[in-house]
Amino acid sequence: MSVPTAALGRRPRGDRVRGTLFYIVLLISVAVGFILLFTLLADVVQKGVGYLDPIFFTEPSSSNPDNAGARPAILGTIYLMLLLLVMVVPIGVGTAIYLEEYADRERWYNRLLELNIQNLAAVPSIVYGILGLAFLVRGIGLGRVLLAGALILTLLVLPTVIVAAREAIRAVPDSIRQGAFALGATRWQVVSRQVLPAAIPGIATGSILALARAIGETAPLLLVGALTYVAVNPTLLGSFTALPIQIYQWIARPQEEFRLLAAAGIIVLLVILLTMNAFAIWLRNRYQRRW
Amino acid sequence: MATRDTTVGAQPGAIRLRAEGTRWGEVAVKGVLAFCALVSVATTVGIVIALLLPSIEFFREVSIVDFFTDDRWAPLFEPASYGVRPLLAGTFTVTFWASLVALPFGLGAAVYLSEYASPRARGILKPALEVLAGIPTVVFGFFALTFFTPLLQDLGLDVGTFNVLSAGIVIGVLLIPTVASISEDAMAAVPQELRDGAYGLGASKLQVSTRIVIPAAVSGIVASFVLAISRAVGETMVVLLAAGGIAQLTLDPREPSQTMTAFIGATGIGDVPTGSIEYKTIFAVGLTLFVITLFMNMVSIRLVRKYREVYE
Repeated sequence: MSVPTAALGRRPRGDRVRGTLFYIVLLISVAVGFILLFTLLADVVQKGVGYLDPIFFTEPSSSNPDNAGARPAILGTIYLMLLLLVMVVPIGVGTAIYLEEYADRERWYNRLLELNIQNLAAVPSIVYGILGLAFLVRGIGLGRVLLAGALILTLLVLPTVIVAAREAIRAVPDSIRQGAFALGATRWQVVSRQVLPAAIPGIATGSILALARAIGETAPLLLVGALTYVAVNPTLLGSFTALPIQIYQWIARPQEEFRLLAAAGIIVLLVILLTMNAFAIWLRNRYQRRW
Repeated sequence: MATRDTTVGAQPGAIRLRAEGTRWGEVAVKGVLAFCALVSVATTVGIVIALLLPSIEFFREVSIVDFFTDDRWAPLFEPASYGVRPLLAGTFTVTFWASLVALPFGLGAAVYLSEYASPRARGILKPALEVLAGIPTVVFGFFALTFFTPLLQDLGLDVGTFNVLSAGIVIGVLLIPTVASISEDAMAAVPQELRDGAYGLGASKLQVSTRIVIPAAVSGIVASFVLAISRAVGETMVVLLAAGGIAQLTLDPREPSQTMTAFIGATGIGDVPTGSIEYKTIFAVGLTLFVITLFMNMVSIRLVRKYREVYE
């Protein structure tokens, strides 16, 4: 680097111009994503708002766009969410507790476990769909049912829940654990009565964000066969559809009206997701403690 | 966990603090927790088995040499042909255009957030980027097909209803948050002293950003690039909706093209009979996809570890 000639004076003009140009490039970089986000939202609302009538929420899909609704799909998404909540949170938090409070980091199998989770988080979602197709739908003959979809989404977002829960558990200071141990508490007493209660806000926030991601997933559900015409409400071991699948199905039709219907479905899906996100952020701000 | 010293003093008759018997409840709890951890191991094993077994059967019927050298992918036609290169070409072109958008803009956004933004601006922009990252890909697919492609046509580009360019650019935008957040983490880990030293020598903000912070955070930045590329390779819904369903060996982004993921999606939707060769193609292509993304993910994980080791 050359020695600045006017070390104590103003910077050379060229430097200032370059600095400003760089700043503008950075601003554009940040703006691109948001411009697209707002265009997307405006486009979807403008196209879909006309179809958001009571029929949309009370009727199943139909070959006539004016009578078509998304009731089975909306219910399917809600059921998926509940099943996921029941399955992924206990397994994810259990794994996080094991890794943070019990596992010996020096052991090869524990390090392999961590690497495995990091890697699973980046496996393409359609590969989980293949897993579901091979083992659940065809392998054990579960068929194209709601439970198969819920199980696959559970495995898909498990790494996300584990990572979030681990961060929340790690944020609890060691002094609290040591204090409890000093009073004679066993490891499980320390974890269940001291660490977990303190980590709950972080765990809840991470779990809600993971659930929000899961119910927007489409590709794995396509493979476990949610793409059938379903007019009845979903049951655990019956065929089902979900909101993203219904949206995909409508977009794939050639008629313009179904695209508008798809936009209406997207509005409903985004409202659900944004509500979950907002709730998670509120939880984090309201209850998370800084130690 | 370090083993705690459980006896006080070494002489005989010292107070023993060790528990008298085994606490079976504690052992059971640890067992349950370890079982939870095994679920994710079982997932990986399951994925590998699910992909490998049908793929082996597939390669008994189709030579692996033909799979990688034939330049026609037409499993449903007579005569059938199983050359994966058209699918690889489709995946490559989509990934190329997505990277062209995601990498520079993601890096720019990261530099802005880490070096230029006021704490208040960062407080608004980071959650907003998370919102962008949380939008389902089927929504981006809808946007690419019904808004972005017509927009490109209005701009005078000679693109069809289904084309790679639109899908690639939209995937690029949806990956900006991935690149930005990991790169920004790496830049935040660069010690403030390095910046202060450069400022003390009279460096400008531009010089500090490009000659100090970016080189110091390079392993994290490359990790974010690799991860974003891996995501682009594995992205399904946007290409399924907007890039069309014709597998062809072309790198022209104005043409429709099928990627590996779109083929898996399109074939998996239908009712292909279990055990048929069409059914097995899903797994052969899936295995190829898995191996490619696995390799990139391992590289990315390595690189992230590297910068963590250096600065944390």
